[in-house]
Amino acid sequence: MPRPLLTRHLGRPGRERIDAYLETGGYQAASTALRDLTPEKIVEIVEASGLRGRGGAGFPAGRKWKLTPKREGEARYLVVNADESEPGTFKDRTLIEQDPHQLLEGMLIAAYANQVHQAFVYLRGEFFAGYDRLRGALADAYARGYFGRNILGTGFDLEVVIHRGAGAYICGEETALLESLEGKRGFPRLKPPYYPAVKGLYGQPTVLNNVETLAHIPHIIALGVDGYRAYGPPVLYSVSGHVLDPGVKELPIGTPLREIIFEHAGGLRPGRTLKALFPGGSSSAILTAEHLDTPADFEPLAKLGSMLGSSAIIVMDDTTCMPAVIRRTVEFYRDESCGKCTPCREGTIWLSQILDRILLGRGRMEDLDLLDGIARNMTGTCFCPLGESVPPSLRASLRHFHEEYEHHIKTGACDVRPVAAAGA
Amino acid sequence: MARALSEAVLGEIARLRGLYPEPRSALLPALHAAQEEAGYLTEAAMEDVGRTLGVPLTEVVSVATFYEMFHLERPGRHHIRICTNLSCYLNGCDRVLEHLCGRLGVRPGETTPDGRVTVEAVQCLAACEEAPVLLIDAERHPRVSPAALDDLLARLA
Ligand SMILES: Cc1cc2nc3c(=O)[nH]c(=O)nc-3n(C[C@H](O)[C@H](O)[C@H](O)COP(=O)(O)O)c2cc1C
Ligand code: SF4
Repeated sequence: MPRPLLTRHLGRPGRERIDAYLETGGYQAASTALRDLTPEKIVEIVEASGLRGRGGAGFPAGRKWKLTPKREGEARYLVVNADESEPGTFKDRTLIEQDPHQLLEGMLIAAYANQVHQAFVYLRGEFFAGYDRLRGALADAYARGYFGRNILGTGFDLEVVIHRGAGAYICGEETALLESLEGKRGFPRLKPPYYPAVKGLYGQPTVLNNVETLAHIPHIIALGVDGYRAYGPPVLYSVSGHVLDPGVKELPIGTPLREIIFEHAGGLRPGRTLKALFPGGSSSAILTAEHLDTPADFEPLAKLGSMLGSSAIIVMDDTTCMPAVIRRTVEFYRDESCGKCTPCREGTIWLSQILDRILLGRGRMEDLDLLDGIARNMTGTCFCPLGESVPPSLRASLRHFHEEYEHHIKTGACDVRPVAAAGA
Repeated sequence: MARALSEAVLGEIARLRGLYPEPRSALLPALHAAQEEAGYLTEAAMEDVGRTLGVPLTEVVSVATFYEMFHLERPGRHHIRICTNLSCYLNGCDRVLEHLCGRLGVRPGETTPDGRVTVEAVQCLAACEEAPVLLIDAERHPRVSPAALDDLLARLA
């Protein structure tokens, strides 16, 4: 297995200090980029690297940059999506807290490649530690001439503002994020026409990328396309739930789920068996043990009706009550629905009421068809992907664990010990 | 007109306004700054924010109420946010939450009568490797058991 690339220096004390970063070759890729490469060349390299957006949608980063119009004299912006709030996902927070300069260097290169002079980091409001780290790192990088005016004597200017969010999952969705950054409520915008690349912040072309996406950039420039791809290409999996060694696992994309869970995340607690998992955050359809040999990559997971998403793997062992897990996810989307459209706003309320009823032992057999019917009616009718996130898992759980729902309805009781003791 | 916010905070908001191409973009950071001063957002404080940024009060209120981190009522001196989402749920957060609420005699979302602590059940804090996890004010505490929670509570002023 290749050595880690993005996570090589994580966890090292003092890593957030610029001298520690410079000591390991930090900001060299940015100097090379600004001094020796044209913006077009960088876009070409990033496109050839095959890097796909790590925020969830997986859009090719190079293509996004190419699609961003670069008209002379027109304002363009770079916006970093650091709002990480997809349940199960924690790679971005880890990168921000433990190697903030890596992100900043990626931003600098991305801004130069897109000829952007103003960048914003939309940072999740609850990331108190991350805010301090990133702010300190940015101040140091400004002081050393990596940001501001005439960067490294190249004539390139870039200002960066760290903008704290204030607690709203929907603001991770890119158009809601831009609304929020404009000082409004976080309601998603209509796409088209509001694709950020062409009509983004203040209606201007806006390059909007996820934290991890940008953290890959310095390595792509430093190693070249082939050198970078020899690492897999790498991807950060956030693995949590019922595993013995949860954490951020940097592995070649397409590593089989079984290997990720059992070799890299410590496997399950003694005597337990795997019951189900979310492969890409709580918005991805749940899978079961029969899917463990699937490569954790975009296409293979899509083929199963699930998705890689933000590559957050949440593992559940045989002590898990599936209707209870699904209720928790439905409650999350219910609480975080922005309320703009009816199928999402009302559908999530109805679903959670029915799930409540079933878990309280007052369910009826018809409730199972009702759940499925509501989920079907939500599919394709919601304004944004938040509402669309609910049906896949619910329906997958009804397919895989129908008997468990039936048991709750028939007996009013749960057969599994619903909550497992931590690490026990 | 009487000002609710101190000169220092008003100055900070004016500085924030200058960071953005359009002043209204400074609204969230300005509300954070205002809230830090008093612990919550009074109508007078929101009026000050709106005046400084050129945003009508009704708009300021409508934005402030959209975001979970802004409080329009006085919260406790300490704020405990406990994650109740999937990975924490799978690792026993319900037990921790129950213990916490029992110890403080409050329900999630409430503040202790002495105004010391507000307890809030929150969404995934993006720290699932540390489940069950909670934030006490700005500090994150990993793998919290009911016993560990007792220690943390004992240390709160
Ligand atoms: C409801 C919802 C929440 C999202 N949350 C995030 C998030 O927290 N972080 C993120 O980077 N992308 C999130 N996304 C994806 C963004 O809309 C967008 O695709 C991404 O930030 C683009 O960057 P990338 O191409 O580098 O991945 C979310 C999408 C939706 C629909
Ligand atoms: S699907 Fe849900 S979150 Fe998205 S716009 Fe509609 S109500 Fe808002």
